Amino acid sequence: MIANDWIQIFISLAFVVLMAPLVGRYLAWIYQSQSLSLEKGLYRLLKIDADKEMTWKEYGVAIVVSNGFFFVAGFLVLWAQAILPLNPRHLSPLSAEVAFNTAASFVTNTNWQAYAGEAQLSNFSQMLAITFLMFVGANTGMASLVAIFRGFTRSGTTMMGNYWSDFFRFFVRAFLPACFLMALVHVWQGSPQTFKTTVTAKTMEGSQQTLIVGPVASLESLKQLGTNGGGFYNANGAHPYENPTPLTNTLEFLEMGIFTFALPFFFGRMIGRPRQGQVFFAVIFSLYLAGLGVIEYSEKMPNPLIAHQAISQQITPLQDGGNTEGKETRFGITQTSLFSNTTIAATTGAVDGAMDSMNPLSVLVYLVHMFLNEEPGGKGVGFAGLIKEAILAIFLAGLMVGRTPEFLGKKIESKEVKLAVLSLLITPLLVLGLTALSVVIPAGKSSMDNPGPHGFMEVLYAFASGNANNGSAMAGLNVSTPYYAILIGVEMLFGRFLPLLPLLAMAGSLARKKTHPETAGTFKTDTTLFVVLLFGFMVLFAALTFFPPLILGPLLEHLSILHGISF
Amino acid sequence: MKKKVMPDYGIYMEAIIQSLSMLNPAKLYRNPVMFIVEIGSVLTTSMAIYAGVTHSGEAGFGTMISIWLWLTIGFANFAEALAELRGKAQASSLRSTRAETTARLVTPVGFSHVPGSELKKQDQFLVEAGEIIPTDGEILEGVASIDESAITGESAPVIRESGGDRSGVTGGTRVLAGKIRVSVSNNPGETFLDRMISLVEGASRQKSPNEIALTILLVGLTLIFLFVVAAIPAFSSYSGIKSSPTILIALLVCLIPTTIAGLLPAIGIAGIDRAFRANVIAKSGKAVEVAGDIDILLLDKTGTITFGNRQAVQFIPAKGVPEKELAHASWLSSLSDETPEGKSIVALAESLIESKTPPDRLVPIPFTPETRMSGVDSADGEIRKGAEDAVSTYTGAPFSADIQEIISNIAKSGGTPLVVAKNKKPLGVVHLKDIIKPGLKERFARLRKMGVTTVMVTGDNPLTAKAIAEEAGLDDFFAQAKPEDKMALIRKEQEKGRLVAMTGDGTNDAPSLAQADVALAMNSGTQAAKEAGNMVDLDSDPTKIIEVVEIGKQLLITRGALTTFSIANDVAKYFAILPAMFVVAYPQLKVLNVMGLATPESAVTSAIIFNALIIPALIPLALKGVSYKPVGASSLLRRNLLIYGLGGIIVPFIGIKLIDMALVLLHFT
Amino acid sequence: MKLLGQSFRATVLLMIVCGALYPAAVTAVGNILFSHQAQGSLVKGGNGQVLGSTLIAQGFKDPKYFHPRPSAAMTPDGSAAQPYDAAFSSASNLGPDNSAEIKAMTDAAAAYRLENHLSPGSVVPIDAVTASGSGLDPDISLMNAELQAPRVAESRHISLDRVKELIRKKTIKPQLGFLGTSRINVLMINIALDNEHPAEKTN
Repeated sequence: MIANDWIQIFISLAFVVLMAPLVGRYLAWIYQSQSLSLEKGLYRLLKIDADKEMTWKEYGVAIVVSNGFFFVAGFLVLWAQAILPLNPRHLSPLSAEVAFNTAASFVTNTNWQAYAGEAQLSNFSQMLAITFLMFVGANTGMASLVAIFRGFTRSGTTMMGNYWSDFFRFFVRAFLPACFLMALVHVWQGSPQTFKTTVTAKTMEGSQQTLIVGPVASLESLKQLGTNGGGFYNANGAHPYENPTPLTNTLEFLEMGIFTFALPFFFGRMIGRPRQGQVFFAVIFSLYLAGLGVIEYSEKMPNPLIAHQAISQQITPLQDGGNTEGKETRFGITQTSLFSNTTIAATTGAVDGAMDSMNPLSVLVYLVHMFLNEEPGGKGVGFAGLIKEAILAIFLAGLMVGRTPEFLGKKIESKEVKLAVLSLLITPLLVLGLTALSVVIPAGKSSMDNPGPHGFMEVLYAFASGNANNGSAMAGLNVSTPYYAILIGVEMLFGRFLPLLPLLAMAGSLARKKTHPETAGTFKTDTTLFVVLLFGFMVLFAALTFFPPLILGPLLEHLSILHGISF
Repeated sequence: MKKKVMPDYGIYMEAIIQSLSMLNPAKLYRNPVMFIVEIGSVLTTSMAIYAGVTHSGEAGFGTMISIWLWLTIGFANFAEALAELRGKAQASSLRSTRAETTARLVTPVGFSHVPGSELKKQDQFLVEAGEIIPTDGEILEGVASIDESAITGESAPVIRESGGDRSGVTGGTRVLAGKIRVSVSNNPGETFLDRMISLVEGASRQKSPNEIALTILLVGLTLIFLFVVAAIPAFSSYSGIKSSPTILIALLVCLIPTTIAGLLPAIGIAGIDRAFRANVIAKSGKAVEVAGDIDILLLDKTGTITFGNRQAVQFIPAKGVPEKELAHASWLSSLSDETPEGKSIVALAESLIESKTPPDRLVPIPFTPETRMSGVDSADGEIRKGAEDAVSTYTGAPFSADIQEIISNIAKSGGTPLVVAKNKKPLGVVHLKDIIKPGLKERFARLRKMGVTTVMVTGDNPLTAKAIAEEAGLDDFFAQAKPEDKMALIRKEQEKGRLVAMTGDGTNDAPSLAQADVALAMNSGTQAAKEAGNMVDLDSDPTKIIEVVEIGKQLLITRGALTTFSIANDVAKYFAILPAMFVVAYPQLKVLNVMGLATPESAVTSAIIFNALIIPALIPLALKGVSYKPVGASSLLRRNLLIYGLGGIIVPFIGIKLIDMALVLLHFT
Repeated sequence: MKLLGQSFRATVLLMIVCGALYPAAVTAVGNILFSHQAQGSLVKGGNGQVLGSTLIAQGFKDPKYFHPRPSAAMTPDGSAAQPYDAAFSSASNLGPDNSAEIKAMTDAAAAYRLENHLSPGSVVPIDAVTASGSGLDPDISLMNAELQAPRVAESRHISLDRVKELIRKKTIKPQLGFLGTSRINVLMINIALDNEHPAEKTN
């Protein structure tokens, strides 16, 4: 079995490493070529002048206004579900706060779910609200990233591209076709795809079973390719209809990774320095591998608290063993580790097993990934965060070579530092502040499902996930209460747009600057040394910011388990 | 000679007194990180006093922490005060050379005696041999030999004269010979020296752009750690742990980047001070900082790369002309030529000719810009010497092939050919050779490793320029340059995003100096040049710019290294304080006390003591600067990351452990 | 303002394309190519009645059938607190150090031993005492199946070897030879039991 685990990991990751550069190249083509006639037709239909470039401010306003429209449309569909068609089960509408939370969640590419899909949403809502928002959320992220890239590809201009053009290019040439093709693969493997709602079965033991079906496959490929993560069903990717086989499980985490791990290569192509892309890939992939190693180790570790119980946790040819609570038999530990590590790293948020039942060291990894939120991060915004971290690391280290720090020929000066720092402040402020509030007031504590450090982690995880626009949850926490629905809803909007706009402004400032040619005195950012530096900076920074809650959460729980203490 | 400041212990006392006055919050708010520490100190002190008065426990521990928090601020203030005082001491040692003198102010009716300190800009005064020049100015009339050793330390006298590029005089220097009329450059209190002093003075000091950027980052980090610490009471309360406000404040102070924030002003001041010690007066902190960034260094050939004087080394006669005839003609034509070149021709010729009696009726023909030739008319006829094209115009015919070959050979070897013709017939060519200053090749190689491209600017023809550039080890050259070309060259490079440095002294350099990113003006130069540049070299040594580049780099490296060190230190401080906070409630967390610190109190105290002591420990480094070796950016970074990054993680583990052991030994816990 | 109009038109267009045309297109093509799967991988009995889905667990309790893993799939309000509720997938969401989790595992192990006539101290497989991620996990581990086999054989009055033979036959190997685990689909093996041993079915 151990050998098989290695093979699964190796083949999956080899696929990522081989495909990511190719997809990166394709993405670069999308943004470096002429508009297709189909796109031109769309622009005519929407009365958009796609050749008219925008300043960073215009771009930012376009992002905010268009997303405002998307958000309102999604909210209305969810809120008015009862009077809308395709609702044979007569499901009641979501409460206003949960509808707000959900619309915020899906428009920000978070896909946090404060509702149970199969029990609360009609097929109309699943399509017109959920599927729609998943598409636009991911597209917005991609467009923002391309605009930020232009801070490096351009010089002496205030123009950052056209938002609509950036939005639709990815949608038409990559996102929609890929979703369609992969949706068919998901159908082939067993995901339902029908406009029916329920199937009633009469079981062999004579009882009745109500199966919930619907347009599952079309949502499934989209949720992974768009690093959205919101599932059709409550159990998300653990549900056999969403994720019927080990093959779909593998395909799903590869779908999450395919665009996101391609982003560094895309970046390298766009700036005309492929090596820089490889270096960024090396950083995020190292973080990814480190996380995977810890999760795989942690989940296979027998739980000492049941050691005396004659319950076999061993890995044998007859069972996969390890921590099977919340995991599906068909996937086993390794598939679940691969999936969960990818979903967090790529800020998808889909899960194929219960995060709340993971061992504490795994949760530690998830939390650190979410605190960083940029390795590789979700559609676009995460990678922009990586650029922000790189700029701060370069600013510090660059000083140590005795020059005003520069990145890709652009000088990093007080304006860039100010904007990067502004963007950097959001995560600690939201995550630490909201967690601190929620673990002391009754409205926050009453939702916890687990006692002790694990309950603390549920809350910390929720706000880390909301801020990082991840969307996965330690689902024991009851987040459909007005307190959490509103708080996390606001947090997701803040977590998405507050760091993004300063980065856009920073790109605007960089685009105006001259590109400085390299000399022997320039600190090279396409070297192994830089990989080590950025890796170290990111880990150190996340550790310094979140050390106290990590001690009182996962480390305390881990050490308690080792000491045989339960809560 | 560099002036050395003798260790002066009085300066330390003065710094201590000044650092106490800097505790005033109205002054301290300029340093936001230390301002936060001060707020924390006030809080812990109040709590310690309250605990002492009410006998409620933590008084001893609280007092200990409070003392060390105040010391933390004190050490940071001390660093700044010390740097400032050293800079001022350096400046006033220069100023003291300007003993109060009496100036002879030129008035419409003659002149009047006034104190030198009352001279205003554009006043004119007279100075004669034996007198001290009362203030900075520019010679309007006359020539003088001046002893500038008081300023530059160079004992050889220098010639300063009106009209040329060496018309600037500095207050405090002594006229040895000659009489000059000087126009005053600055109003009292506005001389370069005065400006320099304001650069190091805390109150009026402007932060440089990079310092501002770094301060923003430090403030950002401080805010983040403020969030971190502010959240802990809630986390602790959930976990059933009682949190002590004193420990929380101690943790906050340990985490926020006090080390770099405390030393940052000192680093900046020390950078300017180091430039000062190299006898370079920077007009702003930014100028020194930008010097570290330059990509291209433009150097004039004459005077910078070569000694100003070319020397005649050979007479090469045309076919059929005896060498002696050429030598004789050259000798005659140069007898009245007072330029160094002329004198060297005379000297070389006299070693070859027998008869040293000039013929009668010699009429010297001086050099004019129109003919671009000089020479002599005598009974024998007329002799002319000049550049090849000038003489060719004079003879009215192209040179024969052999002469052309001679000319081209000389040019290729880096020499300057001077054609001598008699009665419109070319006799041959004098080989004038540029003498390249020694030691330049190594300095340029050093610059190359720093990533600075050196470009020589010269009026010479490309062949000569190439040969000299190669011999001197320059990367590139710009030949047949006219003064306005230099400006265009700077603009062109700046368009490409490069930062350009240059040195200059002449009035016609002024526009280029103003355009260049780093412009080092020679103190001997014209007032216009000094105004246009952003630094003035008192030694008037054009190669000094190399030192300035290194000082600029050192300044940035020191900031980056200490910031990295400061942040890396946080790891160990966390491992000291957090277990101390949590381990009582959760003994299973004991494993996190990796240093094995004795008690929670001793752990927190050790961390805060380390945090305070590291500031004075690093003051010498901040003042001296991190050593800079031009080894290329990557190896430099690797080295500094190892020392200040990895070292910054490891050192405090050792330091805190040692302090903890000392505390136990001294029974402080 | 122009942007408002553009955003409005884009919203309408994208809702139609993404929310309606895209799922409709997948449904059309999916049902042509893979109609069984598209409809939910349903298994039908002899009379055409839907018995269930091969992908979704059912809460078999009868000793003559293999039993699935414990399930936490039930509506949270407890109104119809039935596990294996295919209309409300859910995990237990209990942490590894939660005493409720320890107790749940202990209880499940005791119940498992009792129902399979195992001696009190005998080892039970971990998947038999832990709830799956969906609560609808259709599979059990081979070890779990092996331990249930004697009970199934006994209640069907067939030899253990025949049940073990069926387990061997119905073992789902890792997909493509390396993906996932070896396992038994509970519904499929139970249908096979009934098909291969119809005599025992009516008891």
